[in-house]
Amino acid sequence: MLIEKYKDQIEKTLGKYPDRRSAVMPMLYLAQQEYGHITPEAMAEVAEICEMSVTQVRSLVGFYTMYYEKPKGKYLIQVCTDLPCALRGAEQFFEALKDYLGVEEGEVTPDGLFSIEQVMCLAACDKAPVMQINFSYCEGLDIDKAKAIIDDLRAGKSYTPAYRWRAAEHAHAGRKQGGKSKAEPEA
Amino acid sequence: MGRGAPHPKMKAGRDVAHIILRDLDIPDIWKFDVYVENGGYEGLKKAVTLTPDEVIEVVKASGLRGRGGAGFPTGVKWSFIPKDAETTYVAVNADESEPGTFKDRQIMEGNPHQLIEGALICAYAIRARAVYIYCRGEFWDLTHALDARIEEARAAGFIGENILGSGWSCEVYTHLGAGAYICGEESALLNSLQGLLGQPRVRPPFPAQKGGGLYYEPTVVNNVETLTNVPWIMVNGADAYRQFGTEQSPGVKVFCVSGHVNRPGNYELPLGTTFRELIYEHAGGILDDKGLKGVLTAGASAPILPGSAEVLDTPLTYEDVQKVGSSLGSASVIVLDEDTDMVWAALKMVRFFKHESCGKCTPCREGTFWMERVLSRIHRGEATEGDIDLLDEVAAQIKGKCLCALGEFALNPAAATIAHFRDDYARRVSGVPESTAELETQAPIEAPVAAGD
Ligand SMILES: Cc1cc2nc3c(=O)[nH]c(=O)nc-3n(C[C@H](O)[C@H](O)[C@H](O)COP(=O)(O)O)c2cc1C
Ligand code: SF4
Ligand code: FES
Repeated sequence: MLIEKYKDQIEKTLGKYPDRRSAVMPMLYLAQQEYGHITPEAMAEVAEICEMSVTQVRSLVGFYTMYYEKPKGKYLIQVCTDLPCALRGAEQFFEALKDYLGVEEGEVTPDGLFSIEQVMCLAACDKAPVMQINFSYCEGLDIDKAKAIIDDLRAGKSYTPAYRWRAAEHAHAGRKQGGKSKAEPEA
Repeated sequence: MGRGAPHPKMKAGRDVAHIILRDLDIPDIWKFDVYVENGGYEGLKKAVTLTPDEVIEVVKASGLRGRGGAGFPTGVKWSFIPKDAETTYVAVNADESEPGTFKDRQIMEGNPHQLIEGALICAYAIRARAVYIYCRGEFWDLTHALDARIEEARAAGFIGENILGSGWSCEVYTHLGAGAYICGEESALLNSLQGLLGQPRVRPPFPAQKGGGLYYEPTVVNNVETLTNVPWIMVNGADAYRQFGTEQSPGVKVFCVSGHVNRPGNYELPLGTTFRELIYEHAGGILDDKGLKGVLTAGASAPILPGSAEVLDTPLTYEDVQKVGSSLGSASVIVLDEDTDMVWAALKMVRFFKHESCGKCTPCREGTFWMERVLSRIHRGEATEGDIDLLDEVAAQIKGKCLCALGEFALNPAAATIAHFRDDYARRVSGVPESTAELETQAPIEAPVAAGD
């Protein structure tokens, strides 16, 4: 149960808002992190914590695109193919990466490691093609760089986000199976 | 220039330090100590020596306008908060999801304390008890890092009880969205923060009014870039800020340049810089020296402009971009070269809006659906000349019938590409026409009415 396992974190989050209901989005992330995706039981737990009905929680899960009701691969790869990136070849990049993974959009590779999907603008258009791996940025790619990252992940190495802040300061990934690196970022 | 490069050429022709993207001048300014060594939190210290109303007057006098899209005067917005309101809030709009927009992210990564300081000055000016920074969900790492920055400011006494001995207390929190462009619309953002569906509210009441804001209390919603200007204005004064830009569009703006340019990136320049200078000098010109076909000024949201000499010589200000038929919006400049197929580009943008329509009103929900469908047919080469007019008509039917501006944005990709690049459409429909009977009977020819409340 989330409420037992993450009591302090949940109390702290509830304390940010004058209304328990405001905590529903962070609670859904917590549930997703814990269970890998949003299960019906998770929705019930979140509903209880936030004093909402399960129906209300379910409608939010359906409304937002970053909550998943079905399991995804250990690494969820989201490639931006929105207009600015597409002008820089992101659609071809996506197709090539999908072929390399040997998986259809939205499906999971047989080894359970990868899912890949196209997403709308990620606010990184100047670094196209770009993708996120479990909500961490991977920018300035070309297909060879992306393949190398996939190979690393397949070999059990973790992905190091190129990021300004020390990785140690990052609490955790949005999804439990995030495989976040403990290593220092290169930037 | 762009990320990593130092000084932009300012109006006077001399090199001037950045006001917003100070990470380009000062390495590691994201660190609290470095920020403070470089004048950080002096704006807040000065603000609390003034009355809240005096702070609002300074911001009003600077002429600062909202950088989130609408360009509303920031000081005026703050002054709408009722003086007798007991509970007020600041909501920082860090949802940054407009295609082609990536400035708020650089600010929060590179110069986060200046945003926190700006938000605190706003909070002081409206006597807010809390600031919520609403970040798009994909800013996951960034938001957790921002939490650490907030803790640093709290430890230094800039957040919490009785800030700098002023008797005013305020908290700052982050809140993560979860993938919905519409949550960047201010009233949808407030709903989302309250744990409601992230759909826009009916206005009035406006956020600044009782009943319209966060938890229905008077609230200022400001964009990240808007607030990041404020500490500089507090320290240097309104007149100093007005030395940049024009009378109606004072100050500096971060222009996001993407698409077919040699050096895509963020460029902080005075408002009034021309498209030509931005694209050809700062962003290094068009890739492979190709010609310019069109330019989007506000991501996918404003009408595309043709790459004419008139457009290139237009100064990037709120007033001038409007005069040539578009709007400055968030100043997300997407550059499209001569080989771009505008039917394809319109289809990409319409798909975006179809995906992001919150579904509350019929014209937006159905209109984006039908535009996508007709455009797809045209793009596949399966449509007739009549479909172009049909598409234009569907777009026209959305106009003025929506609860929020997304509906208005959504008609621009089709309407403006047809207006400026009809040849691209004509080329697509010159093939063997297929039957469009089905489309014509199903398209919402009758003006649809808003189903939402
Ligand atoms: C569909 C839609 C999406 C928007 N997205 C954003 C956004 O991501 N960031 C933002 O600052 N403003 C966005 N806005 C504008 C906000 O509604 C609001 O005007 C702005 O946050 C006000 O801040 P400002 O006065 O500082 O610009 C959006 C508006 C609409 C209609
Ligand atoms: S115009 Fe579109 S996005 Fe805006 S409220 Fe209506 S349906 Fe939702
Ligand atoms: S369009 Fe891909 S990050 Fe903006």
